[in-house]
Amino acid sequence: MAAKLILSMDGLVLKEIPLTKERTTIGRKPHNDIQIDNLAISGEHSVIVTILNDSFLEDLNSTNGTYVNGQPIKKHFLQNNDVVELGKYKLKYINETPTQTTAADFEKTMVLRPDLMKKTAEQTAAKSSSMSDTQVGMKAIDTHAGMAPPAQATPPATAPAPQAMPTGAIQILTGANAGKELELTKNLTTLGKPGVQVAVITRRPHGYFITHVEGANFPVVNGTALDAHPRELKDHDVIELAGIKMEFFLKS
Amino acid sequence: MDLSQVLQIVSRSDAGMVRSHNEDAVFANAACGLAILADGMGGYNAGEVASGMATTLLGSEIEKAFAKTEPHQLDAAGKLHAHSVLEAEIARANTAIYQAAQSQPQYAGMGTTLVVALFYDNMMTVAHIGDSRLYRLRGGEFQAITRDHSLLQEQIDSGMITPEEARHSQNKNLVTRALGVDPTVEPEIRDYDTMPGDLYLLCSDGLNDMVEDEEIALTLQALSANLELAATQLIQTANDSGGRDNVSVVLVRIVREYPAARGWWARLLQWFK
Repeated sequence: MAAKLILSMDGLVLKEIPLTKERTTIGRKPHNDIQIDNLAISGEHSVIVTILNDSFLEDLNSTNGTYVNGQPIKKHFLQNNDVVELGKYKLKYINETPTQTTAADFEKTMVLRPDLMKKTAEQTAAKSSSMSDTQVGMKAIDTHAGMAPPAQATPPATAPAPQAMPTGAIQILTGANAGKELELTKNLTTLGKPGVQVAVITRRPHGYFITHVEGANFPVVNGTALDAHPRELKDHDVIELAGIKMEFFLKS
Repeated sequence: MDLSQVLQIVSRSDAGMVRSHNEDAVFANAACGLAILADGMGGYNAGEVASGMATTLLGSEIEKAFAKTEPHQLDAAGKLHAHSVLEAEIARANTAIYQAAQSQPQYAGMGTTLVVALFYDNMMTVAHIGDSRLYRLRGGEFQAITRDHSLLQEQIDSGMITPEEARHSQNKNLVTRALGVDPTVEPEIRDYDTMPGDLYLLCSDGLNDMVEDEEIALTLQALSANLELAATQLIQTANDSGGRDNVSVVLVRIVREYPAARGWWARLLQWFK
């Protein structure tokens, strides 16, 4: 589905304009693709350049300016539901392709060649996905039960749990830093002495895992040495690493 | 020159969480200083065929080509042998994939991206086509060495959109060059100096689309002591973030310097080793 603009004034919808052309011009003069016959609008006021699913709005040095969501712009990458204002007129930009349909198909890499351009445009229009998915990436709220190491298969995905996992932390129990606490807010936290013994704690969507990184000795969790595989950390597990004992716990 | 003591190479490829096929292919040969990654495209299993052909053909042919003449030597026209070989072999692989696609209907339209890193004489020659990338971690600095041949990169270059806006663009995954889709292809070939301690990452877009550069850098820095784990971790992070595409990585660490043997005495020394 192509993106479109909805032209309105004082809340009254006047027109719906699909963005099918590469350049859609807006202005007072009749040769514009979107003609708005009003003195507040310049002869050639602004232009929208559309490339496949992306549209860019550019002000053509109009007298009264082009505004998007209340801000004056010179050039703007239009996002779904943006409201473009020219004088008293409002143009709402609608591009609903992102949220729907299969994400996976869209990820497929395609070659772009001039002769394929049209076809490609149709395909992507039909199968696009919101890239905002990627943005949330690190906080991932997914429940890939299958990803857990086989030994500790997580219980069947307890519905798409939107709430974040509790933050884990480490408290040092022995040695010079005894009593100190370290919050595990990053996806990767390394512990130990480089060159001697290092372990990493990874934060994953379904829990925290500890893995041996380097050194002849492997970390010990609750009295059992790790092997080369990651081990899931449970609340109050005790880790021994490079002669230091520490406790893992989940903050509520 | 055998570089197996100079380069530490680890490669991993995974189908991801969504796809049933893995259309990526990787190849690594530390002894001849070669790392290759390809991300295939095309219906049914054609993508796998294209990327598999690319890595297999290039892997074996490049290795053969350097058995006779070393990559740092100049040919009659004053051109580095490494460049001549890469150009010639990429052209041959292109023809092979193109002809297979033309002659067999089930492979019609198949193609692949490509990134090749060739290490010799304290340097690296990189050839790439499409949106598979090569990154370098040197000291604390992590940066992309290749620039995608993609619509999005062209839009960024022309100033149409900012890199920040590009992250929200829906025009990802449209490459402007690919191996095997046209009778000829133009790879981008460049040389870089390498330093001991450098860590290079070749990856398919399944990694850099799912995982931010900062996160990749953090992972490589934290786990640089254990490349196997670093590679596994990168793939796991991409999968934890959704794993919507195949994801492949090749990690190459430069352990020490590796100047090419030049004079007769150096060759003699080489011979006694």
